[in-house]
Formats: sequence, structure tokens, C-alpha cells
Amino acid sequence: MIERVAFLWPEIALFVATCVVMVLGLSRSLALRRLCGPVCGIGLVIAGLLALRTPASPGILPQLMPYAKAMIAGVGVLLLLMLGGTVDREEEEQIAAGQRTFDAARTNRAEFYAFFMFSFTGLMLCASADGLIWLFLALELTSLPTYVMVTISSRSARAQEAGVKYFFLGALGAAIFLYGFTLIYGGTGMTRFTDISAVLAADGMNSITLAGVMLALIGICFKIAAVPMHFYTADVYQGAAAPVSAMLAFVPKTAGFLAIILLTTMVSAAAGETGGGDGGWLPEPVRVLLWVIAAMTMTVGNVLAILQRSVKRLLAYSSIAHSGYMLVGIVAGPGDGTFTHNGLAAVLFYLLCYGVMNVGVFGVVACLERRGKDGWEEVENLDDLRGLCKTRPLLGWSMVICALSLLGMPPLLGFWSKLPLFTSAISAGELALVIVLAVNAAIAAYYYLGLVRAPLLTDPDPDAAPMTDTPVVWRRLATVLSASGVIALAIAADPFMRASETAGRTRDLMKPDRGGADEHAEAAPVVPEDR
Amino acid sequence: MNVLVLMILLPLLAAAVVVYAPARRAKWVALTGTLAAGLACLLAFFAFDWADAATIQFQASRPWLPTLGLELSVGVDSVALLLIALTVLLGPICVLASFTGITGKVKTYYAWLLVLQAAMTGVFAARDLIVFYTCFEFTLVPMYVLIALYGSSNRAKAATKFFLFTFTGSVIALAGLIYVAWFNATLVGYDPALLHGTWTFDIATLERAAREMSASQQAWVLAALLAGFAVKVPLFPVHTWLPLAHTEAPTAGSVILAGVLLKLGTYGLYRFVLPFVPDAVVEYAWLIAGVSIVGILYAGLVCWVQTDIKKLIAYSSVAHLGFCVLGLVALNSAGLTGAVLYMLNHGLSTGALFLMVGMMYERYHTRSMDEVGGLASKMPIWSSFMLFFVLASVGLPGLNGFVSEFLCLLGAFQAGDWGGAVGGTGLFTLGPWYAAVAGLGMIIAAMYLLYMTGRIVFGEYREPAGHHEHDVLPTDLNWREIGLLLPLAALCLGLGVYPTPVLRALEPCVDQTIAIVTGAADSGVEIVRGGETEPRLVEGGRP
Repeated sequence: MIERVAFLWPEIALFVATCVVMVLGLSRSLALRRLCGPVCGIGLVIAGLLALRTPASPGILPQLMPYAKAMIAGVGVLLLLMLGGTVDREEEEQIAAGQRTFDAARTNRAEFYAFFMFSFTGLMLCASADGLIWLFLALELTSLPTYVMVTISSRSARAQEAGVKYFFLGALGAAIFLYGFTLIYGGTGMTRFTDISAVLAADGMNSITLAGVMLALIGICFKIAAVPMHFYTADVYQGAAAPVSAMLAFVPKTAGFLAIILLTTMVSAAAGETGGGDGGWLPEPVRVLLWVIAAMTMTVGNVLAILQRSVKRLLAYSSIAHSGYMLVGIVAGPGDGTFTHNGLAAVLFYLLCYGVMNVGVFGVVACLERRGKDGWEEVENLDDLRGLCKTRPLLGWSMVICALSLLGMPPLLGFWSKLPLFTSAISAGELALVIVLAVNAAIAAYYYLGLVRAPLLTDPDPDAAPMTDTPVVWRRLATVLSASGVIALAIAADPFMRASETAGRTRDLMKPDRGGADEHAEAAPVVPEDR
Repeated sequence: MNVLVLMILLPLLAAAVVVYAPARRAKWVALTGTLAAGLACLLAFFAFDWADAATIQFQASRPWLPTLGLELSVGVDSVALLLIALTVLLGPICVLASFTGITGKVKTYYAWLLVLQAAMTGVFAARDLIVFYTCFEFTLVPMYVLIALYGSSNRAKAATKFFLFTFTGSVIALAGLIYVAWFNATLVGYDPALLHGTWTFDIATLERAAREMSASQQAWVLAALLAGFAVKVPLFPVHTWLPLAHTEAPTAGSVILAGVLLKLGTYGLYRFVLPFVPDAVVEYAWLIAGVSIVGILYAGLVCWVQTDIKKLIAYSSVAHLGFCVLGLVALNSAGLTGAVLYMLNHGLSTGALFLMVGMMYERYHTRSMDEVGGLASKMPIWSSFMLFFVLASVGLPGLNGFVSEFLCLLGAFQAGDWGGAVGGTGLFTLGPWYAAVAGLGMIIAAMYLLYMTGRIVFGEYREPAGHHEHDVLPTDLNWREIGLLLPLAALCLGLGVYPTPVLRALEPCVDQTIAIVTGAADSGVEIVRGGETEPRLVEGGRP
């Protein structure tokens, strides 16, 4: 047990920060309470740095941890900036005005930040998971805090509704994939991924295991908001405060995809037995299931997004569609391990890109507010974004850049994240899925164009109720960082691509004769000769 | 610095300056930027080795995202250089044409116009597939903004339709292009020493590899590429975005759209479709030609019933580019030369026609020929130019349109005898029949264009109700307008009377492409390519 600690330093750092935050947030002193955010940030940065030094694991994806955890920490810092001022703003205003005194029982700050950190701890633990039990616990640790965060993020009744809905459907999803995990255990008698894949490689896949894998994947679809478990997405994203919605679009999705990557890699051992055919890296029924889910998810997400007028609902459906795109990478599989052939690496890279772009669009919504009947209300109608480039150039252009990037317009980041999906899926021979992907990218253009048009090309509506900028500067910083990240990462994407390539190599591909990289050493990237 | 890179960077630099310059200086900055690019282009013209026109010259590349096998590489042969010259020529003309027409949001306008020019130059200069695609796709954003912000009443719909049509097509084309890159990677094979080097998007390498694809692979790639390029050209069933976009776009937008953006489609066909999937092109030439001819006749007939002059010219573009594509798939020297020349000529004459309509619109605020007419009496200079460009567009011998249209038709007429490569004759082989039917399009073109000219230039003077003189502009053209029309007119005349230098410059490129196509058709014939014959593939891979 103790040897696992070597892989867990990032999580330990996060946990320490969590404990500190829990106490700080309840302090009577405003200065100490205000330290919650910075402490979380320091925790994430330290965790990210520690993650880079994580040694190769004996698991089925030996190099997954350093990249995945560092990526999680990086996007986590952006999300943390966004979350500033989400809870307790009015309480703090009243305390400052002397209308009431600090009451530890009424404040939400400590819980909010602590839950945020717990969720990220869980997310990193997903990357560390070496078996079914660990994976289940990590997935739940990721999700449970988010249920509460949704509810306390906003004072409106919609947030309560969203929280309840999210919780019950989340529990349903968890029940389904836990049932699946149980069946996998029943079918193979093992819980560790390496053991299970050894059993699968030796004996093939029996029907109980197959049913278990299918159920597990469908259950995890809840986390990534994929069809058929996507129903909650729009309501929950709309009900929660925009910063929390941004977090929901990244954290559970990343957890889900890490789980799917681990599970599919695990069952790929049985690919030959059930007639995976040539090139198929997964057993055929699993491949078909993922194929259908991918196609349905993209299409449903994009088509429903077209119908939305609320920016948050639109982004919710677009987040469903992006999950569909990423599933294409899962169907494609790790190929021969090189980046252009490796669908898993494409997914890992996509998660980073999506995390960065996504903060920008949600950030614009989070930065604008309007005095409503019960306190500050978020601005969420598409028409409220009109003329933003003129009235608030920073926010407007962030929206334009991030929306164009989500659309997949080269040379922005979104294009470079879709390109490896195309290359890996074509390499894996999934041509039909590539066409579905291309058509969906085109459908998506329609509504993303709406997000470009409103701020850039239309004039502000003179009759609209006036909006104010949120006093929380951090959100604006997060938005601008995200937009500049979209440009900067597009220019300097290479190291990240290479890191995700290493992370997406399965154990088989790590063998010296295949990939040219030693089992426990980091794959030394060879720079091609200048022609 | 590489002259091509310079031609891309200068407009971008000017765009950046425009953003920070005061609004009243924006147009002068833009003019300076485009003229500077023109100067660079002139430089390139002198430095280019025209004797060796098929070789890619001014090559420069630097690695970028090597994990994906990408390189920022540029280079041109004579076809690309001439198209760049067209782009760069239309740049200052478009800026000049917007001096009085654009009054609000000037800075945004000129900045996007300059970005557009840089992107279009990038498309023709690219020697890496992804760089090509990036520029190709990025042209959509500035054009979208130009139409949506500065267009006429129905601009939002037009801009969106334009964006979505072309974006949809080109994403599918991207899938096809990546398929070719994947095919090349499998040919090279897995090489542990070159972990990241197995994928390349280098156009020359892919050109060599793609030909090895099987017939069915080629057919699918052809379908994917056509999805992208046919929308851009546009060919008949997917042309519906074009009349709308043209009609709604501001004058300079229409000029660029007709002059250069449509050529991105035909250039894509010439640069990628023909050399990448020659077998499939030979097999399906009849289909593409058939669609082009339907487009020629259909668009011609639609033109005939238009009352909106701008829409008429827009539809005439569909018909004209039908000829161009017909010449391309004729796959012989006459056809291909004609097609490439057509790209240039259409850019000049149709671009000029849109300028003419724009000048009239600025004065009369209508595009309907029911409302204006007999302008010869009021605007003699405008009318002479109009008549001149209409005749160039109709294909009057002695003007540029004639040469290219004739060559395209001649190509289609002679086509079909590439060594009996295609089994069967008759309907599914290009030949005299195709040329004859397409030739009808010339007659229709003469009818609708002359009919339009007759109504608006000659006859009794009519003006829209409530017409009054423009505040700034004189009744007839001023010196700025004449000045920007003169170079176009001179080129139309020059290319009509003495096209030999251009034809000679195009010949090596065209011959090379034909060698690829016919070489693929009669399998076993060694393809001797001018210029780079040295394979740049990995040692131990495919020779």
C-alpha cells in the first residue's frame, strides 16, 4: 500500500490545502477568509508541479498520471479564478456594511472551496486509479462535492432544482456503473485493471464481463454528459452559477474520460477474442456501443444546441457535443502510439484544449450581471451579448476568440484539438465516424457563429435592461487568460501534444521493440530531422 | 525575408496599424499596405524564374507542431504566383473602391479587408496541406464580417449562409485531405527512429503518395474533396449561397468574392484534386463536366430573368466558373491552360463588373434595371467602361474572356483521347458533345449580358424616384474611379490581344499536371516531373 504514495503526492498536496481551506473559511477575520482562494491556488500549483515528477506506474497506462494531473491542475487554476466571489458575496457585503455579524453557520465559503478542492482531488485520483474500487471511489469523490456546489452556487430556486436533479441522476449513473463494476468483478474475479486485462487476455471475455463493461460505460456516460445519460445537462448548467457550470463542463467530463480510457484499455486485452476484426482495438460489442454513443452524442448535442437562446443552455448542449467528439478518439484507440494515430492521446489533448476554451465562454457570462428581483442575476440570453466587442472589448473579443475556437476555426486551439481526432480515427479506419464528426463540426458552426455574431457584429440593444460588470476581477482575468491561452497554446501546442502522446500510450506500446521507449523511462521524443 | 512571407505579413502588419490609427487615416494605411504587398509581388515577378515555371520557387519552411508532422512552408509555381498577383492587384483596387462607399466602422472594415488579403495569399502560397487549409478556412471569418457588417438589407442571412455552406464543405474536404496524409504515412511505414516524422502534410510528398491509392480510395477522396471545393467554386447544386452573398456584400466584398475567393475552389481542384486522385478524376470527369454544363446553362437562364444587376453578375459567375471546371476536367493542355487562364480573366472582368455596379449603386442607390437605364447619356465614361467589361465577360475576340473560354471549350472538344484510358465512349467520355452543349452557354451569356447592357446603358434615360446627385461624387466617374478601372481594363485588353507570355508561363505547370493524370491513366508510364524529382521520403520506405 505504502508504495502507492509515490504516485499520490499531488493528491496529498490538494488534500492538505483542502484541510487548511476548511478552517480558514470559517475564520472571523475577513483577511483570513479571503485567503481561501489563494490557498487553493497554491495547492493546485504545487500539485501540478508534483504531478510532473510522478514516476511511471505499473498500471495499464504507465505514463498517464503526470500529464493528466498536471493538465487538471492547470485548468483547475483557471477555474479557481472563475469561482472567485461566487458564494457569500451578499453576506460579505452586509457584514462590511455592518448590517450583520459574521456567522460561521451561515457562511458557505469554507464548504465551497473545500468541495472544489475535494472534487479536484477526486479527479486526480481518477488518473491514479489502478482498479475498479479505486476508480469508483475516485469518481464519486469527484462528483459528490459538485452536487453541493451547484446548489449553493446561486440563491435562485433554479439552483436548488438543478442540484437535486443533478444529485438524483448522478446517483442513478453511479448505481449503473457500480453495477457494471460488480459484474466485471463477477466475470473475472479481479478488481485491479492489470489483473483483469491479464484474465481477459488469457480466457477471453465472457458475457458477464461484457455486460459489466457495457453497463459501466453507459453509467459513466452520465459523467461525460453523453447520450443516453445527458438529460440533466442543460438544466443543471443553467441552474448553477456560470463559474460552477464551467467547472461542471470540465471536471466530471475529465473524470469520466479518464475512467473510460482506463476501462477501454483494460478490455482491449480481449479484443482479438470476440472478433475485433482487423484494426479494431476493442471487442466488437464495446466498439459498436461506443460508436453509437459517439455519433448520437455529437448529433443530439449539436442539434439541440441550435435551438437554444440561453447562452448557458447552448454551452451545455455544446459540451455534450464535445463529449461526442472525444468519444471518436476512444473508438479510434491508441493505434501504434504515435500522436497522429493515438486516439487516447487525442482525447487527453482535447480535454486540455476544451478546458481552456470553455473557461472563456462561461467566463464572459460570469462577468456580466444585472440587478434582478432577488439579488444579482446572471446575464444569460444570447441577446445580452450584443455589441459586447464595442461596449466591453475585452469580454467581447474573448467571447469571439473562444467561440471561434470551439467552432474549430484554424488556426485557433480548437482546430488543433480536433485535428488529432480526425487523424487517429482515419488511421483506425473509422471513416464513417469521421464523416459524422465532420458533419457535426459543420452543424456546430451554426450556433457558435451566433456567439460570434452577437458580440462582434450587432449593436447593443438600447431597450435592454442595463448590465453591470461583476466586481470580481478574477473572473475577468480567467476569461482573458482563457482567450489568450486559446491563441498561445495554438502556437506552442507541441510540448502538450507530445506529453499527451506519452500519456496515451498503453503498456503494450511502451515495450522497447514497439515504441522505442523504455518501460519505466519517459519516452524520449525524437525530433525529426530538418528536411 | 522570403518574398511570399512578406506578401502575407505586409497586409497583416497594415491591419494591425489600421486598428491603432485614427479612423480618417485608415483607408490610407490600408492603401499603403496593399501597395506594399503589390511591390513585393512585383519583386517576386522579377525574381521568379519563368523558364522553370513548374518548379516550386521561393520555397521556405520552418517546422511547426512537429508532433503532427506540420511545417509552415510556402512556395509557388507560376499558377500560384499568377493567382497571388491577381489577389494582390485586387487589393488596392478594393481599398480604392471603398473610399466613399464605406462611411461607418471604417477601421474594422479595412482591417478585415487586409486580413482577408493575407489569408488569400496564404492559400496560394501554402506548400503544406494544413497551412493551406488553415488559410482556406480562415478566409471565411473576414468575409463573413465584411458581408454581415457592411452588406445591404439581407446581410445577416447572406453572411451566415455563406459561412455555413463553405465551412460544411471544407470540413469534409479536410477529412479527405487527412485521409491522403494517412495513406502517405502508411506507405512510409512505421519507423521508430522517426517517431513523429511519419506523418507529413507536405504537398509535394503527398502528391506522389496519393497516386498509389486504389480506385475506390481515390473515388472516396474525390468525393470528399469535391464536397469542399465544389461549394467554393461553386458548382451547380451547391451554388445557392453565392447569389445571396454577392448581392448583399459591399462592393469590395463582391469583387474579392468573385475575383479571388471563388478561385480558391478551382485552385483546390487544380492543385489537389487532379494530382491527388487522377484515376478517379479520369473516371468521373464526365460527371463533373456534366454538372458544370448544367451549371453553365442553368445559371445562364437564371441570369436572363434577373432584374437585379448584381445578382445577374453573380449568377454569371456560376456559369463562367462552370467553363473553368469543364476545362479542368478536360485534362488536356488546352483545357487546363484555359481553365487556369480563366481563373485570372474571370477575376479581372467580373471583378471589374462588380466595381461598375458598385459605382452605379453609390449614385443611384438601386441595383434594379427596372429603375435605371440609358445611363450612356448621363455617365458616358461609366458606360464605356461598362460596355468594355461586359464584352470582355461575354468573350468578344480580342478581349481576355474569349481566349480562356475558347481554350476551355477546345479542351472539352478534344478531350477523351488520353490513350484510351477510359473504357467505353459516348456519353461518359468528354468530347465534342460536351463542348457543343457548353458552347450554348456562350450564346446565353451574350444574350443576358447584352440585354442587361442594353437596358441600363442605352435607351431612354431613367432614374429611380427621388434621385438626387451624390454629395461627393460627380455625376460621372471621378479620377479615383477611373484610375482603379484602368489597370483592369488594360489587363483585359492585354490578355486578350497577346496572352502568349501567360500561356507560356502556364505551360510547364499544366504539362506536369497532365503528365501526372495521364501517367496514372496508362499505368506503367514513368512520370517524369520537372523540378523536384528527388523523392523526399524516408530511407527504407517507399522509393
